[in-house]
Amino acid sequence: MRRVLILGATSAIAEETARIFASKGDRICLVGRRADRLEAIATDLKVRGAPQVETLVADLNEMERHEALLDEATEKLGGLDTALIAHGTLGDQARSQTDWAYAEREIRTNFLSAASLLGALANRFEAQRRGAIAVISSVAGDRGRQSNYVYGAAKAGLTAFTSGVRNRLAPLGITVVTVKPGFVDTPMTAHVPKGPLFAKPDVVARGIHRAIVRGRNVVYLPWFWWGIMTIVKLVPEAIFKRLRL
Amino acid sequence: MHPDRFESWGRFPRVCKQEVRSLRWRGDPLPAAEGTLLPFGLGRSYGDSCLNEGGTLLSTTGLDRLISFDHTTGVIRLEAGVTLADVLRFAVPRGWFLPVTPGTKFVTVGGAIANDVHGKNHHADGTFGRHVRAFELLRSDGSRLLCTREENAALYRATIGGLGLTGVITWAEIQLRPIHNPLIEAENVRFRNLDEFYEINAASERDYRYTVAWVDVLARGKNLGRGIYTRGNHAAPVTGDLPKLRWTSKITVPLDAPSGSINPLTVRLFNFAYYRRQLRRVRAGLMPYEPFFYPLDAVAKWNRVYGRRGFFQYQCVVPKETEAMRAILETIAASEEASPLVVLKTFGSLPSPGMLSFPREGVTLALDFPNRGERTFRLFERLDELVREAGGALYPAKDARMPPEMFRLSFPNWEEFARHVDPRFSSSFWRRVTTGI
Repeated sequence: MRRVLILGATSAIAEETARIFASKGDRICLVGRRADRLEAIATDLKVRGAPQVETLVADLNEMERHEALLDEATEKLGGLDTALIAHGTLGDQARSQTDWAYAEREIRTNFLSAASLLGALANRFEAQRRGAIAVISSVAGDRGRQSNYVYGAAKAGLTAFTSGVRNRLAPLGITVVTVKPGFVDTPMTAHVPKGPLFAKPDVVARGIHRAIVRGRNVVYLPWFWWGIMTIVKLVPEAIFKRLRL
Repeated sequence: MHPDRFESWGRFPRVCKQEVRSLRWRGDPLPAAEGTLLPFGLGRSYGDSCLNEGGTLLSTTGLDRLISFDHTTGVIRLEAGVTLADVLRFAVPRGWFLPVTPGTKFVTVGGAIANDVHGKNHHADGTFGRHVRAFELLRSDGSRLLCTREENAALYRATIGGLGLTGVITWAEIQLRPIHNPLIEAENVRFRNLDEFYEINAASERDYRYTVAWVDVLARGKNLGRGIYTRGNHAAPVTGDLPKLRWTSKITVPLDAPSGSINPLTVRLFNFAYYRRQLRRVRAGLMPYEPFFYPLDAVAKWNRVYGRRGFFQYQCVVPKETEAMRAILETIAASEEASPLVVLKTFGSLPSPGMLSFPREGVTLALDFPNRGERTFRLFERLDELVREAGGALYPAKDARMPPEMFRLSFPNWEEFARHVDPRFSSSFWRRVTTGI
């Protein structure tokens, strides 16, 4: 039985992943901004078989609260061995280009806040010498493109940070997974026309759960994004910069 | 959300001007939107009852949470966007089954209520609506109404079978049925004509919870109405391990087939093979519940075999005593327009609470027709005539073309129902059948 902390628990991917943990009989603590939404999810997870579901209301951009939040979650669950960092926003690139305060908030949410939590969790798992952390980054972090490079840069930073933490904790056998979803059919992408590359959140969730259980390092979800991003990364910059991406 | 994916199962009519908003939290108010509103689940209604040209669809599949489940009584409370497939995945391993299920599990609970769906056990258990203990209705004025047989009873009756027009169902409470295992004790019996169907049916309804028949609609003369009768019950407890019966095949129709793939020749070949698939007259055995209830769910997007022009399903109910069903089958056989997908079944006398509920005592026939334009519409008019003479009815969930007069004859309660329609809610179907009043 795991004791699982889910940060950004009201996201569609996080909720689907929580359902898998629930069906395995794991104990779960959900963190999000809206109490009523957390409650709706918690009720569902209990009906599906989770022996214990706790909720904590927090704005994860308030980084000074992170340590206290982890203390509280650990106390409620009687320990902590698994964490999913899932919060994020897919901002408006055009607005980011003219409104720096907005862009900074995007970077704060998608990079700084996630990195702060990952760092704090890393210290705790290092001390207890066990644990597993999955961090939801994005294929957008693999190469900057004009259509979403503020989001992409934040996720690139998070990918690098996660890679460093994995390197640091590897000798202790602690799993740190970088999750790179492609297009996922969620409220975050509600405004985007859906093509055949779009995956359902439950498919991505199964991939995340499998990666945690098997102790994987970097996973593209669905898997074919590994191929797509390999090609995207191979295109010479002289050509890449002329593409409308 | 992009509206392209929001088409009905028959892919006719095609609607281009339609906004979509996703519902994800049952506590949220209705989203701001232009024009009229209509809840949309999985789009398995065949015609235009799940479409809202010029208005907004409220996509409900994000409302997919369970709220409570009582292991001892089998009462489950869940959000309206939970699919019947999800309910089965949850309930079957715990020893419970849907009280009523249509021929696909890819519908939402909200959709099952809004269409007051029926299944192979209508003669024994009535419609889905009979097993809905309570639900919450969110109206456009922001009110949230708990509806049961006692509380807000008129809205309860209007919403069951109410085609999504009375507001959004946010959650519902359903009474499940206890089962011993996921198996069905099933039996197939070949019948040579319509009279034999009625004989076998009369003998089966007492002892079998589930009954349904497939009919070879190309057979005529003394073979008119021949087919295969399927009957079954939930299996008795199995001692020891369950027999290993795998049912995992899942294929997808990848592309639209060319229009005309379903034609008299291909249908004749299929029907010939299907009618003779069993050598003996009776074949019996244990089978998993999926192929018994949902044979077509094994083929995802099967509506593509009808091509880009789409198809119609015609489902009517007529009284058993009349000769109407014979005349309907004769007309269909002579037309050579139908596809092989045909369902013949008798409805029992258990009443539904729904004002606009389709099932009523009699015999119902459902079959698919590829869209061949004017020819197909003219055949439907001839069939309408026979249904009308017999005092029968057509099923809104399957309809894309019935004239307003046919709707009003089918649903004598429609004026009482209309008083409960939410002033901001509407659908392409509702506007079509209420024009000219």
